[in-house]
Amino acid sequence: MHYPGRVALDSVSIEIEKSSVVAILGPNASGKTTFVRACLSLAPIYAGQVKLFGQDIKDFKEKNRIGYVPQRLHEGVGMPATVFEVVESGRLSRGWFRRFNKEDFEKINHAIEVVGLTDVCHNSINNLSGGQYQRSLIARALASEPDILFLDEPTAGVDLETQNVFANALKHLVEGGTTILLVSHDLGPLRALINRAIMFREGKIDYDGPPEPEALDRHIFHDHPHTSTPSNRSSIL
Amino acid sequence: MFEFLEPAFMQRALLAAFVVGLCAPLVGIFLVQRRLSLMGDGLGHIALTGVALGFLLQTNPVLTAVIVASIGAIVVELIRSYGKTSGDVALAVLFYGGIAGGVLLIGLSAKQSNVNLLSYLFGSLTTVSRSDILIILSLAVIVFFATLALRKSLFALCHDSEFAQVSGIPTKALSIFLAVLTAVTVTIAMRVVGLLLVSALMIIPVASAQQIGKSFSGTRILASVIGALTASAGVISSFYLDLAPGALIVVLVISVFVITISATALNSRVKLSKQIS
Repeated sequence: MHYPGRVALDSVSIEIEKSSVVAILGPNASGKTTFVRACLSLAPIYAGQVKLFGQDIKDFKEKNRIGYVPQRLHEGVGMPATVFEVVESGRLSRGWFRRFNKEDFEKINHAIEVVGLTDVCHNSINNLSGGQYQRSLIARALASEPDILFLDEPTAGVDLETQNVFANALKHLVEGGTTILLVSHDLGPLRALINRAIMFREGKIDYDGPPEPEALDRHIFHDHPHTSTPSNRSSIL
Repeated sequence: MFEFLEPAFMQRALLAAFVVGLCAPLVGIFLVQRRLSLMGDGLGHIALTGVALGFLLQTNPVLTAVIVASIGAIVVELIRSYGKTSGDVALAVLFYGGIAGGVLLIGLSAKQSNVNLLSYLFGSLTTVSRSDILIILSLAVIVFFATLALRKSLFALCHDSEFAQVSGIPTKALSIFLAVLTAVTVTIAMRVVGLLLVSALMIIPVASAQQIGKSFSGTRILASVIGALTASAGVISSFYLDLAPGALIVVLVISVFVITISATALNSRVKLSKQIS
């Protein structure tokens, strides 16, 4: 994968096991988000292949098996819409041109309940806090009942309450066997759920293994020993 | 009691205005969310070539305008999606080319004068014929049911196009379809408000409804009601005031917008002062 003038991802080979919770870590511009976007066919791949459930992404049709929570949504800001309408759009992956049935509405309401937005589900998204809005986007991803969930910095800049709600929602999914790929700078309450960490650096894999703080420290800070302080160490894992 | 309904041309004018006022915001609401408010305006320029082609071929100009504007809409959307050069420059070339094409083709059409073209530029409701009404009604039914059937997918596309893509919604095809629906709406509205004012009926009722509506579905319905009522009121007013109906409709739509935006601002201020006290 490359952007004009530079290669964004190079020699990256990753296999994700079913029901695993993988944290994608690394400094800015290391290729984390590009990796997730390539997995979702949102970024062009110039060489190599992405397979989902053993099938090439280009031929993959079962879109309801994929969930996605974007980094920060700028599109649609200021749009008149309720939380319910936003979450409802998550069910379109099960058929974008059909009438919703009773089961659809049950799943939508359940997803809203999981993220704790039932009380405000008919409120305008324009009256929500940043954390509540992010929770509505998480509920939207949950509404399709995905088998694999991609999350790109889902809790960046949101309050601790939202991070805890989000951790509980993920726990609920992990118990149900969902595979999770999580891009994050700050894992916070999510760290207990992670069972594999992949560290990117300059478009390549720098570390792939168990999320042991000591192992990650070595790979994160070996180039910049002066930045290895207890405070920034804990912010990564 | 309703003397404005006595002349047959007024009955046709009122029906056309009501239907166009009802349908234009149903497409406009998606354009506003996608920051494409002036798309209708641009397609209006292209439709002018279609109108002139209709004069040249001596066929119904509404039909030729629908075809030319739809082709233009597809080209515009493809340039927007795939264009490697500056998109707005490419669109400007297409839009002004549309106006120039219209003027040139009307010049080639010996029997038609520029007066006819003006009736499409600024609307001429009182000259709406029975065949015009049939075309307007047929196209309006298509616009109404297409936006109704696709409202959830179009909402997803407007709210978060990347999520819509990941969800398997054919975002590129849907964007092209929305552009074609816009072209169709532009051409059915051109007899009512004129090609130069057509965007107003698509966009301003939506801007007004957004001041009040919390939900997308509620805003959509409210915008449609505002569009239908103001368009009808504009035609009735023009009967009594003897003024151009297209311009009156646009003035009324803008008045409703000013009222809603002022009322919303006032309401917010009252709520805030109550909270403080």
